[in-house]
Amino acid sequence: MQSIVESSRTRDTFTLLIFIAVVLTAPIWGEFIGAGYPDLLQKFAIFGLFAIGYNILFGLTGYLSFGHAAFLGVGSYATVWSFKLLSMNAIPAVIFAVALSAIFAVVIGYLSLRRSGIYFSILTLAFAQMSYNMAYSVLTPITNGETGLQLKSSDPRVLDAALGVEPQAVPLADLFGITLNGYAGFYFCAAILILGFWLSMKIFRSPFGMKLVAIKSNQTRMEFTGFSPRPYLLTAFVISGVYAGLAGSLMAIVDPLAGAERMQWTASGEVVLMTILGGVGTLFGPILGAATIKYFENIFSAINNQVLESAYSFMPEWLSDIAILLTRPFVGEGWHLMLGVLFMAIIIFLPGGIIEGVRRIGGIFKKSKQIEEDA
Amino acid sequence: MSKRHVLSIAGVNKTFGGLKALTDINLNIEEGKTHAIIGPNGAGKSTLLNTCIGRLKPDNGTITFEGTDLTGGNMTPHGINQLGVSRVFQTPEIFPDLTLLQNVMIPAFAKRDGAFSFNIFKGLREEKQLRDEAMHLLEDFEMQNLAHVHAGSLSRGNKRRLELAMCLIQHPKLLLLDEPTAGMARHDTNRTIDLLKKIKERGMTKVIIEHDMHVVFSLADRISVLAQGAIIAEGTPDEIKGHPKVREAYLGTAEI
Ligand SMILES: Nc1ncnc2c1ncn2[C@@H]1O[C@H](COP(=O)(O)OP(=O)(O)O)[C@@H](O)[C@H]1O
Ligand SMILES: [Mg+2]
Repeated sequence: MQSIVESSRTRDTFTLLIFIAVVLTAPIWGEFIGAGYPDLLQKFAIFGLFAIGYNILFGLTGYLSFGHAAFLGVGSYATVWSFKLLSMNAIPAVIFAVALSAIFAVVIGYLSLRRSGIYFSILTLAFAQMSYNMAYSVLTPITNGETGLQLKSSDPRVLDAALGVEPQAVPLADLFGITLNGYAGFYFCAAILILGFWLSMKIFRSPFGMKLVAIKSNQTRMEFTGFSPRPYLLTAFVISGVYAGLAGSLMAIVDPLAGAERMQWTASGEVVLMTILGGVGTLFGPILGAATIKYFENIFSAINNQVLESAYSFMPEWLSDIAILLTRPFVGEGWHLMLGVLFMAIIIFLPGGIIEGVRRIGGIFKKSKQIEEDA
Repeated sequence: MSKRHVLSIAGVNKTFGGLKALTDINLNIEEGKTHAIIGPNGAGKSTLLNTCIGRLKPDNGTITFEGTDLTGGNMTPHGINQLGVSRVFQTPEIFPDLTLLQNVMIPAFAKRDGAFSFNIFKGLREEKQLRDEAMHLLEDFEMQNLAHVHAGSLSRGNKRRLELAMCLIQHPKLLLLDEPTAGMARHDTNRTIDLLKKIKERGMTKVIIEHDMHVVFSLADRISVLAQGAIIAEGTPDEIKGHPKVREAYLGTAEI
């Protein structure tokens, strides 16, 4: 495990600059891997942010929350309400989403952190499922139940009205005149992702981050060393809850609607998978995991019989029939089976996640360079 | 001559189910002194320390540290540590996932910043003074070469020494040591004794549980003998050496 790495300031600045460059050029390099369109890139950024935040709790403290999708939902609903009541400007929407998800995280975190281990996980799961069910039932006036919360041209939008902004027939989020869809939407998400990454890096390099890892490493020692673990855990929980709320807010900004399915336990599970797949407790792992899952989801879920038939067209018909029969369950609607296989392979062969694979390759490279230098 | 008691244990009892682990313990630890507690396995020595640091609540009796009752309802382990009590455990409690340097820095942060502090904008690297202090302490322990090694990979003896360093960086008013040299090679034991002697010269009050009589007699100002949960003798090392009850209960089975 390599959570808290001591690193110099210049090296960190360099890392951050590389990160910014990679994110900002995504539309260009995305083109080469078949990901060069805004919808998918937005997903990379949004789920990357979600996973980075989740990792601050799970990766550093080891507390496995199974209910972070609740904050995703809260962030989305808060954002759509801000669009309905205040303005189509993204800034108040983001602020409102952050505030509301922080409040939710304080309450859920305070109660769930009375327990640790599996009991903590179950408590968070219970709270998230409760939120999900309430969104469908008693909270229908706020969430609009099964239909989901949508914008109408008749919404008040008091700020916009006061500033004399023309109401649109199909309202879209904007940032002082720039409509946040397509690539503009991606760059807005990218900016927040970069901010989120920078903050995560600050936490990783700070005494606060080290103390979180210390709690994960030996909570008993932490207590007898003069630390009160609870406030540390709660702070980490709230920070990661706010990241999730922000991610939910961005979902509603690039596509202004909110539904309860965003809070379902499968969504909570997905971020766990992303974090583990990429590399728990590492700076880059979670975002790699998020991008990998969203990328493969995009590729494999789009494959249908026709695509398979043309892919296997070089084979004799009986052979291509067998090939289709064997591959069909893993693609299209069945792509989760593919994800499962991928996940198991990573856990078994690369327990440190994708980032460990990258490191190993880097290690081989370094070694061969070493040998060259020695020679 | 005024004797100031840093720690006063009065009438402490502790039972586990039917087992009487501690029976009416009365003990006063004088400021600046090293007080050894000896006794056979299962005598209740570790249990006694556990009641002092808030890990166990005594059934009755009081434990006072510098005027503060440690058995009070609102006393927490971290609160007791913040008062100035640090402990080395019988099985080393360190942070296996962190490096040695980080292991030593953590308690220093607790001492400097209290039970909770949140500042993510001053990085670990920028904590020059605290890092240097931690590094110097590792040098005192001849472990500076291991500063960036993960503590989980240390030998048992080194883990113990690391834990001692973690306690010492807090400059506690009272240091509790539960068999600090158990499982150490002779060479390491001697180095640890030297270290403990050094801090004794600086005036730190210590309670030490130890099986090794060589260690006990070279460090202790006073010795209490615990057997089956009760103190059966207390005195200076010379008094204890000659005590017939002690010889019978304990020393008879150990080499002096
Ligand atoms: N947490 C506990 N629960 C139950 N019994 C315990 C506990 N801690 C210690 N004991 C029992 O109390 C007695 C004294 O133990 P201990 O204080 O560890 O002895 P020592 O440190 O002198 O070897 C032993 O019989 C031990 O089994
Ligand atoms: Mg013991």
